[in-house]
Amino acid sequence: MSQKEISGVTIDVDDSGYMTNFEEWSKEIATELAKENGIDELTPKHWEVIEYIQKEVKDGTTLSIRKVGKSGVVDIKEFYNLFPDGPLKKATLISGVPKPSGCV
Amino acid sequence: MAESKEKIKKVSVICAKGSLEDVYAALVMTNGARMEGIEANLFFTFFGLDAITKKKMNKLHTATVGNPAMAMPGGLPFPTLLGILPGVEAGVSAMMRKGMDDLDIPPVEEFLDMINAAGGKIYGCKLAVDMFKLKREDMYDDMDSIITIGEFYEKAAGGQIIFT
Repeated sequence: MSQKEISGVTIDVDDSGYMTNFEEWSKEIATELAKENGIDELTPKHWEVIEYIQKEVKDGTTLSIRKVGKSGVVDIKEFYNLFPDGPLKKATLISGVPKPSGCV
Repeated sequence: MAESKEKIKKVSVICAKGSLEDVYAALVMTNGARMEGIEANLFFTFFGLDAITKKKMNKLHTATVGNPAMAMPGGLPFPTLLGILPGVEAGVSAMMRKGMDDLDIPPVEEFLDMINAAGGKIYGCKLAVDMFKLKREDMYDDMDSIITIGEFYEKAAGGQIIFT
């Protein structure tokens, strides 16, 4: 457990950089986290995915790429395009939720 | 932790066997690579070709005979003689497929679709395709191409090779 300075505030993060206190999450922080992960701009579609992920995690769902692909928000190809090089890992990190534990 | 900081950049997985568990090992490893942002190739050869043969891909079996890890539900030993009865292997395999679906592990065809959508490349082995007299139309539509072993090594260059 550690802390990091981002967008003018201090947030709690785990060893992999995932936020551990969702209360601290904000759109400004998400935008900065996205930049740190190679996504220069969060488009409306990115935000739709982020909202979906946050809702699913709040409902206790174990997220998987398959579930995101069937969500009706994005298909799998689009998900990979929006969050290149590890979509589920990146999207959850930017959404301020824990790192997903599934293997598919 | 002893983990290396250096990331794996590319993997090429070879699937040479057609049983449910061997095919799934290859699918999970290839898809898992893409999930981590690793470039991935999946090469099917010999009986592994069943996984990209339309008529067989969604009906793969696990062996109930000659499989020492086979157990009854609940963990009791699975008698080999039971495994030879007609329908038993199909029943056990259907149970396993159902169990995987409950864990959000997709059927073979959908798994291939996921890998394809994720930018993973799917190849069939030319030698084995010729040997089994398969035609392109018998095989998974989104397979990238049928390639020789030489072409496989070209595509695998600079990455890791995994044989399941």
